[in-house]
Amino acid sequence: MKSNFMSISFAAVPENVSFARVVVAAFVSQVDPTMQELTDLQTVVSEAVTNAIVHGYDNNPDGVVTITAKLIGQAVELTVEDRGVGIENLEKAREPLYTTKPDKEHTGMGFTIMENFVNDIQIETALGKGTKIRFVKYLQANEAMYN
Amino acid sequence: MAIAWEQDRYRDLLLVRLIGELDMQTAESVRQMLQEELAKGTVKSLVLNLERLQFMDSSGLGVILGRYKTLQALGGKLLICGANPTVRRLLELSGVFKVSAVFETEDEALQSMGVMTREK
Repeated sequence: MKSNFMSISFAAVPENVSFARVVVAAFVSQVDPTMQELTDLQTVVSEAVTNAIVHGYDNNPDGVVTITAKLIGQAVELTVEDRGVGIENLEKAREPLYTTKPDKEHTGMGFTIMENFVNDIQIETALGKGTKIRFVKYLQANEAMYN
Repeated sequence: MAIAWEQDRYRDLLLVRLIGELDMQTAESVRQMLQEELAKGTVKSLVLNLERLQFMDSSGLGVILGRYKTLQALGGKLLICGANPTVRRLLELSGVFKVSAVFETEDEALQSMGVMTREK
């Protein structure tokens, strides 16, 4: 089974949210995902990187976000990692509409969206150390490729 | 990719077409623009045309839900049209569809408010 990977680190600033989406989409494009699959992956990247910037680093631009992407056959494994404050109550954070920052019009939908757009999600977090989210999405095999 | 918009006004109805990507980087400018328009107190209905919105995440949902709350306080109404399948899923998940009127096309949204599209 063919495999490939990439890793990038970048400053935790809003400009890099769209950059992260573009990088992941460009990398995953080599296995011919559908537009829908690409948009799903871009959405989870956007949510996870936004969380790292807003919550992990509380908008401190000195923070660093690291993304890795692995292609294993038709599966994509993504990790988005920060070394920020960590999540105090992960169970609460995963509840739809729960947010620690309601005043800033945060919807509390980040984790709900991430869970809905991939096949599997695992979250490791430690107070004062950071958060690492691992996503797995299975892409439809593009049969035309093998004909 | 940034964000841009077009506005049209039909009496007390404000139509805004969002173009580009709505995420944490671009959300603030859209929020400000909409909030300034609503603060004038002359808008009773807001139609958001998302047909040319190529990407949106929960930062965009926050902008839309926030403007819904403002409109609600003013006794106004929120209408959404042209959302692509992914944006639709986000709107459904966050409950925006429950509090807004949803249409496939801009014409349908405007007609539901009694606006003929050649009228201004």
